[in-house]
Amino acid sequence: MGKYILKRLLQMVVVMLLVSFLTYVLIGIMPRDPIYSLYGSDVTPAEYEVIYHRMGLDKPVIVRYFNWLINFFKGDLGTSYAYHMPVMEIIGQKIGVTLYLSIVSTLISFPLGMLFGIITAVKRGKWQDTTLTLIANISASIPGFVIAIALLYLFCINWKVLPSRGFTFPWDNFGEHIRQIILPMFCLSLGGIAGITRQTRSSMLEAMRQDYVRTARSKGLQENYIISKHVLRNGLIPIITLIGGRLAGMIGGSVFIENVFSIPGMGTLMVNSVNQIDVPVIQACVLMTSACMCLAFFITDMLYLAVDPRISLK
Amino acid sequence: MNTNPETVAKKTTKQILSEKLTAFRKFMRVMTSRKIVVVGIIGTLFFILVAIFAPLIAPQDPNLITMDGKLQAFSSAHWFGTDYLGRDLYSRLVYGTRVSILTGVISTLMAVIVGSFLGMLAAYCGGIVDKILIGYCEVFNSIPGIALSLTLITLFGGGMMNMAFILMVTGIPGFLRMMRASSLTVMNSDYILAAKLSGQSRLKQLYKHVFPNAISPIIVMATQHVGMTIMMESGLSFLGVGIKIPTASWGSIINEARPYLMIDPWYVLLPCICLALLIISLNLLGDGIRDALDPSLRGES
Repeated sequence: MGKYILKRLLQMVVVMLLVSFLTYVLIGIMPRDPIYSLYGSDVTPAEYEVIYHRMGLDKPVIVRYFNWLINFFKGDLGTSYAYHMPVMEIIGQKIGVTLYLSIVSTLISFPLGMLFGIITAVKRGKWQDTTLTLIANISASIPGFVIAIALLYLFCINWKVLPSRGFTFPWDNFGEHIRQIILPMFCLSLGGIAGITRQTRSSMLEAMRQDYVRTARSKGLQENYIISKHVLRNGLIPIITLIGGRLAGMIGGSVFIENVFSIPGMGTLMVNSVNQIDVPVIQACVLMTSACMCLAFFITDMLYLAVDPRISLK
Repeated sequence: MNTNPETVAKKTTKQILSEKLTAFRKFMRVMTSRKIVVVGIIGTLFFILVAIFAPLIAPQDPNLITMDGKLQAFSSAHWFGTDYLGRDLYSRLVYGTRVSILTGVISTLMAVIVGSFLGMLAAYCGGIVDKILIGYCEVFNSIPGIALSLTLITLFGGGMMNMAFILMVTGIPGFLRMMRASSLTVMNSDYILAAKLSGQSRLKQLYKHVFPNAISPIIVMATQHVGMTIMMESGLSFLGVGIKIPTASWGSIINEARPYLMIDPWYVLLPCICLALLIISLNLLGDGIRDALDPSLRGES
């Protein structure tokens, strides 16, 4: 058990190192001169030479990467080309918003998705199943930003009941927060709920097909008892493993939702940086989101270990 | 699989054809057994036909700018009105179908080819090659798809072919993993053992037995992947970093239309509806193909 966790931790560190190297090298080969980007185009050749050496641009890529990595652990991710501010400061303001959105919407979509999934599986073939499955299929098929725009039009422009933009943390102004967050949260969670409903349904149906369920039925046990004691427990284990992927998906999906509702999060920052070719910020964004994702996958594996004792034997 | 001269010699071409036809009929019967899948097939065919015959269907040049006729409402001259530069929205939507479908299909096809080749390579070679390829998947899976796409766009720039390439890169790890897993399952089966014992060369085993038996989950995955890719392409174009103007893509039309949501809501909602309909149709078709190819999953999700 301890050995497995240690191995998994080590694996995570290696993957993160590779990801950081990849982002550094990929973005580093971009034809954009960091010196002109940082200090403006009126740098004299003599100054250019000095800065060139001070920034270590004369060293090979691998050395520069390690310098960058060491600075990263010191909390220095360089200076943004567009804002002329430390990248850490810019990201620090934004990452909280995105993480808040992603985590809360994951927390909303899991119980709801599992509930709907259980209903559809238990009522298989009845109208509840048909309706919920149809709704889940359709909402999983429509891109989040399309739903967001449609809702934005209905609630903010047509009926004028909700604000169309902005973000306030709940601890600053709770009423305003709820009014601003309700639409983005709904759009972000909808895809998650739909996906989890579908997966819970198939996992539950799979569990219902097992021999022990047939044995339980032939023993004459009540259907409700079979569902709650045998099917639920086994059917819901695979769903727990989806938490990591979902959280990662939410981080990705929030890019679009933040864009529609003008929420100042990582997504908006990333798109702006791509448009302005703000290399250090893009690097930092990719690294941060990947780190969140790795952590989410790690937590998933640990959860799996906690709920399914069979896995630790491997 | 009738490329092998030995089997071709045993059966006449006619027999092979009729066998294929029966298999195809059976496939189609399972596919069309659910009404909702038929809706998906019709929807997908409709959009494909629109994409192919775009120049015939579109009444105007999608990039023809008429500044005195901008943001018009529905009329007989402009079925869906005009956009903010006075371009005919209906023609732009028709041409946008091309961009969406082409990007989706091309990138998925390339990802399938590269991914399944590498997947089979990983399963076939094992050892260090396998470890490297799995590590590659691990690394790419740890970067959120959207972050990876944005990075690659920064590097290569937008535009249709670049988008197809970028979406291919993000799609490869999924196919690689799937093909590796499914090849490994096939390689452990008894008929591969029989083929080995009968002295068939490993390459022949691979293309004659492993590939045809391992490919069906890939086909299922690919049909679902096309929809996802189209979603991603329109999403990136919507963010303003994907397909470059003036090329009409549904995502970029939505992006251009956003400021006019208050004045002319249909301008924004029409491309949204097209996008939703295409992806719903593709997903229904994908479900149908999955049911027909993999009976064990029938009606499960």
